[in-house]
This record gives sequence, C-alpha cells and structure tokens, in this order.
Amino acid sequence: MSTFLGIPGIRRRSGGTSDGGTPADGGSTAGEGPFGPVPHPDEPLRWGDAFPAAAKQTLANDQLRANLGHATRTIRAKRASVVGEVPDWEALRDTGSAVKEQVMADLPDLLAQLEENVTARGGVVHWARDAAEANRIVADIAKAKEADEVVKVKSMATQEIGLNEYLADEGIAAIETDLAELIVQLADDMPSHILVPAIHRNRAEIREIFLQRMGDAPEDLSDVPRELAMAARAHLRRKFLSAKVAVSGANFGVADTGTLAVVESEGNGRMCLTLPETLVTVMGIEKLIPTYTDLEVFLQLLPRSSTGERMNPYTSLWTGVTPGDGPQEFHLVLLDNGRTDVLADEVGRSALHCIRCSACLNVCPVYERVGGHAYGSVYPGPIGAILTPQLTASSGGVSGADDVNASLPYASTLCGACYDVCPVKIDIPSILVDLRAREVDADRGRSGVDPWKAAMKAASWVMSDGGRFGLAGRAATLGHGLGGSDGVISKAPPPASAWTRSRDLPAPPKQTFRQWMAAHERDANHPDANHREANHREANHREANHREADGYDLSHSRAETATDRSRRPGGDEGERTEGRR
Amino acid sequence: MRIALAATCIADTMFPGAPSATVRLLERLGHEVVFPRSQACCGQMHVNTGYYDEAVPVIRNHVTTFAPVADGEWDAVVVPSGSCTGSIRHQQAMVCRRAGLDDLAATAEAVSAKTYELSELLVDVLGLTDVGAHFGHRVTYHPTCHSLRMLHVGDRPLQLLRAVDGIDLVELPEAESCCGFGGTFALKNADTSAAMLADKTANIRSTDAVVVTAGDYSCLMHIGGGLSRQRAGVGTLHLAEILASTREDPTPLPSTRTTEVAR
Repeated sequence: MSTFLGIPGIRRRSGGTSDGGTPADGGSTAGEGPFGPVPHPDEPLRWGDAFPAAAKQTLANDQLRANLGHATRTIRAKRASVVGEVPDWEALRDTGSAVKEQVMADLPDLLAQLEENVTARGGVVHWARDAAEANRIVADIAKAKEADEVVKVKSMATQEIGLNEYLADEGIAAIETDLAELIVQLADDMPSHILVPAIHRNRAEIREIFLQRMGDAPEDLSDVPRELAMAARAHLRRKFLSAKVAVSGANFGVADTGTLAVVESEGNGRMCLTLPETLVTVMGIEKLIPTYTDLEVFLQLLPRSSTGERMNPYTSLWTGVTPGDGPQEFHLVLLDNGRTDVLADEVGRSALHCIRCSACLNVCPVYERVGGHAYGSVYPGPIGAILTPQLTASSGGVSGADDVNASLPYASTLCGACYDVCPVKIDIPSILVDLRAREVDADRGRSGVDPWKAAMKAASWVMSDGGRFGLAGRAATLGHGLGGSDGVISKAPPPASAWTRSRDLPAPPKQTFRQWMAAHERDANHPDANHREANHREANHREANHREADGYDLSHSRAETATDRSRRPGGDEGERTEGRR
Repeated sequence: MRIALAATCIADTMFPGAPSATVRLLERLGHEVVFPRSQACCGQMHVNTGYYDEAVPVIRNHVTTFAPVADGEWDAVVVPSGSCTGSIRHQQAMVCRRAGLDDLAATAEAVSAKTYELSELLVDVLGLTDVGAHFGHRVTYHPTCHSLRMLHVGDRPLQLLRAVDGIDLVELPEAESCCGFGGTFALKNADTSAAMLADKTANIRSTDAVVVTAGDYSCLMHIGGGLSRQRAGVGTLHLAEILASTREDPTPLPSTRTTEVAR
C-alpha cells in the first residue's frame, strides 16, 4: 500500500479507532480521501524517501502549504511578541544553555541521583537501552495491571519508540488524549510537528476526521474550533475515568529531588497524570536538569518559545508516589535509544540540549514549505535534521550516502533562523555543516564516481590559487555569448538544469572583476586617467607615478597608491612598484 | 585608510559590478583600495557542502593572501558579501583546527578580526551613514540571512540606503525570510528552494520597486534569476552599486533580465 505521502505501507497504526471503528477505517487507499490511512512505519525515525524526493511530494499539496503557512506565521508572531516582553531573554537563553551543558557533562552521575531519589519516593526506575526494551517494559507493566487500554499524554519519546503500535500488537489500545495528537491518531496519520502534530490539518479536515473516525461525534458537528474541542472533550472524558494505566513523557526530570514535570495546555495531561492508578513515564535521558530551582529558567523559556504563551495553563510536577493521592504506582523508564552515541560527539551532542519547544520548526523557511512529513521522522524541522541522523547513525558517525537520513543535514539553507530562536542556543546551522562533513568523510572510501566529489575536488584546485582562478574566470567570459541577446541562460543541461528549471542564470560577464581592476589600475596610473589614449604611455607609467608624487589632485594620488600596493609579488600585474609613503 | 578588497569568487567571475562599485565608492571616500591578486575564494562553498579537506587549500590561499592585514600593512579587509564574511569569521579557523593546522587557524583568526562586510566597514569602521550617493529609483532591500544572523549587521545597510539622495526606499514584506538559495541547497533541494523563491519574489513584486538590493550577489543571483524568469520587471543591484552611484556618475538601472552592470 502506498499513500498520499508516499510512505511505504508496512503496518497500520491502531488504537484510536478501537471504539466505533468506521467503514473508512481500513477501506480507503491512496487518493481516496482527504486523510489517511497513512501506514505507520516500522522505524519512527526513518521512513519514506530521502528528503528532496519526499519534499517534492509534500510541496505539491497546496492545502498543506496553505495550512502550514498560516499556522507558522501565526505562532511566529505570538512567540516574537511574548519573547520581546522579557528583558533578560538572552541571559535566560545563556543560562538554559549552560545548565544543559552541565547536564551533558555530568549525565551519568545525575542519572544515578535521579534514580536514587525516584526510588526513595516510592517510584520504580527502569533502564531501556533502545526502543524494543522500552516498549517491552511499558507493555509488561500494562499487562500486569490487566489493562487493555492506556491513556496517553502527548510524548515525543513514545512516538520515537513507536509505543502505540507495539502496544496494539500486544492487544493494548493506547488512547492519545492531546487534541492534536488525537486528530493524528484518528486519521491514522503521522505527526508533522513536535508540538502541534496536526498542524498540517485545517479545521474542515478535522471535522471530517471526527465525523468519520471518532465514533461518537455529534452528527451536526461544525468546523467551529470550540465545537470540535467539545466533541473531543466528551469523547475523551470516558477514557480518563475508565483507564487503569496512563503513559506519559516528561519535559523535565529533576535529579536532586526525583521530580518529573509535564507542561501542557489542555488539562488532558493533568487528568492522565492524576486519575489512573498506575503511571508510566518514558523519559529520554537527556531531559534531566540538576536541581529543582533550574525549573525557574526552563519554565520561562519553554512556553514562550513553544506556544508563544507567557505561561502554559497546566504544569504538573510529581515526585514518586503520594499515598492516597494520585497514582499509587509510578514507573520511570529512562530511554537511551542512541542518545549516548550522540553524547559522545563533541559537536553534535548539543542536539541533546533540546527541550522540544519546536520554535525552530515554526521559523524554518524549509519546514514552512514542506511540512513535517518530508523529514521522514517523528522529529522534523531543523532540530530533526540534526537529531534524527545522529540518533539513527551507527555508533560514532553517520551511516553514509545510502541511508535516507543522510539527506537530512542538507535540508537547510543554513539561514540561521533556528539558532536565533532556540531557547537553549543550539547552534543548529553549525551542527548541520558538521554532519555534512562527517557524511562526506564517511563516504570518502566508497568506490564509484560521485559527481559532487569530483566537482568539489576540481573547484578546490582552481579556487586555491589566484592565478588559476583568474584564468578560469577569463575562460568563463568566453561564455558571455551563451546568454544570447538578453544575456540570460534559461535552459541548461544537468546539473545546472536543477537551477534553470525555475530560475534564469546570467551569462558570464564580458570581463571578470580582476580584468576590470587591472584596467582601472592602469587608468589610475595616468594623469588623464579616463582617456584610453593614455594607454600608449603605459611604458612610462612608473616614471609618471613618481613625477606625480606631489601636488596632484587627491583622488588620483589615492588611486595611484592603491595600484602600487596591489603590485606585490604573486600578482599577475608584474613587479612591485614602490610608491610614496 | 588602506583597505584590501576580497572581491569574492562569485562576484569576481560573475558579478564584477559589486567589487568594482566597492572600489569606486571607497576611492571616492578617499581611501586606498588594494586588490591582492593571489586571492580566489574564502572556502565557504566547500565548507558548507561538507568538503572540509577540499576547503583547506582554499582557506589557506585566502588567509595567506590577506595575512598582511594582521601585520598592519593594510588597515582592513572589506568583503562585499555577508556570507563570505561570515564564513571567514566563523568557519575558516574551525576547519583549519579540525585539520590539525593550528598555526593557520591562528592566522585566520587574526585576519578575520580585521575583515569587514561592506556595511560594517562603512558604518562601524569609517563612521559613515551618508556616503554622498545619489540613486533616483524605487528600491527594496532584502537582508541576506548570513549578514542578518551570522554577522548581525542589523539595520546598517538600511541606514546607508536611507541616506542615499533621491532614493525611494520601500520596505520588503517578510524581509527576513530566506530566499531559498543556500548555496548547493538550490541544486540539491531545487524544489524546496524554488518554493521559497516564489514567496520571496512575490513579496518583492508587491513593493513595486524597480530594483531589489542586498549585500550578497549570491542571493541576488537567485532572486534575480527568479524575477528574470517571471519577467517581473525588477532588477537586482548590490548595495555597493547603489552607494557608488552619484549624480555625476550614476549607476544605470540594471537589466530586468539577469545581467551584470558592466562598468
């Protein structure tokens, strides 16, 4: 089965349609409707085509581009406004960055401290090396509680490990309770944004999804946001009250107290975290902060960066188990899944500082056009472009050219907007460039002709010497006529055709700059500089320079000195002329 | 001042109007301009595409060529490009260190400390905003990503443009959004690049300007290529070409198809 997103069909997502599955469920195929089913990929961090091809498909979806353009413009403006209110925003970013650097430096000790404190407060800590281990731990807990249904707080870590699909295979339905995540789940879709997983949907599409897939949506449901939210609210309320087990992620884990934190907007998280008897939290090991007071920094940085709010509506903090209040059994699953490999890399490790605010997605001009699905990972956008290939690389590097994720570091113009907004100052452009270099180096040993490699080698030879470069430029001017009467090349053979498909290319100029400069210098060396007739006096120009040394008009004498200074050894203008001064 | 010019490889071969305007402008302002002929390229293309090994000889050539500025032989190096200045300032030493060339890295840092993008040189070093230019046309300014976010030139180019006599400077909507060039991105991700360019050119056209200007000819090549294809009737000029323009010696309006202004 292939889909409208071109994602190869491997395995159907399930869970969201467990109650009242509709005829649309399972029956529709590519192109039949405005939404899914999009088969869930086996690898949540690696699916679909390489980025350029995947982007080409999503770019063709005009509705998607309109939805994304509207949504990202709105959220960008909100963020800019609330960040502008904070006088010490840059200092906060510096602090956030410094705390995260400290966490990465002390990670083993801090993790041990967290485990000790969670255990001391009645929680159970599990260590999961990879997705398979984490999934098994969660499934075993749910089975021990004889739960065939778990309610979920929106969580990137559980997306990353494909927990919902694993649980479905084990006969356990995982119900997403975040509104946008519910939309994605009902549509049998994949999330396209870290914070707003259904950002690619507009309200008309959401209404259709609810009507067809929710099972208990009012028949007269309109596409007014409040009505849509109320329908979801009624649908979810029964789940909160009946579920025995809840699964969450964590925004922060505090080492010195053993406290976990989830920030959210809808209150569904608070329901999940307090109503069921058993709570399982899956947390990436990088989500640590050393002390409780560090929350002060991050609870300012996160909501302003992510939703553009001064403070998020719900901040839930819990420490182990409190008798008679909330879940009476608490499990913390600490997930590695490639993170220690990332930690080992000096440059790339700062990708682990990420607090999943998604500000970088909202400002990214590439993400804005192509959407999240083009990245083929649950982590899309700029942070995904540096995190995904690192998490999926074999130890200590990048997998090489045949891995679709190797295309992700190139999915950026290096415009730097992501770095500017990152609340923990992850230098995403520099990491992208570093990952490109690692891929190039990893592929150096491969046999076969790589046109890019050949071109780069040749360019290096030409561009490392002024003489060679000058000759190459002069040779290029011979192509001046290629532009025809209007001086424009509109159709070029590959690889330049990638350019000329949508843009014209100027024909090379009649003369290069260095040719112009040589003529300019010659002219400047003569009293009547602007007269071409002066050329015949070329032979005497040095003598003339000296004669003019005093009392000649200012602009000329300056120009002459410039000329003199440029006539240094190595220049193709010949011997050095000692001017005045 | 004695100012060495790093013309940039793309302007030297494809857009000589920018460096030649830089020369004429600085000479008009009373400065010496030196063009060291051993220069070729700063290495940015190789670095940003991940070819660090191939970038090293290119960077070495640049650093060696401009090393005299570190010894005081020249007062400054000027570059009519934000992205090349950015690469010189933020990448050259890093690539040298990664190759184990610590001495070259140190020289690169010394050179980059005296290397300025054109608007930085004019406003910060020479203390000028009014350079005595005249340009009587409707112009909009695109702040290129690297000048904006790597160099943080802020509104320096706009300060310079506002002081130009006769100019009708109009604000560009969504000015800070990337045009989609990104070096090899324009080829490797041509479809995405074209989508970004479409939005950029639409915003430019909405201003009714006859010229779009910027501090980087690489971005202007991309934007101009799109405008030319659309027959939009909008030409491109480098910031230097507008600032070099005077009543006596005006920079002519560029062709609205993609060509250089030959001077």
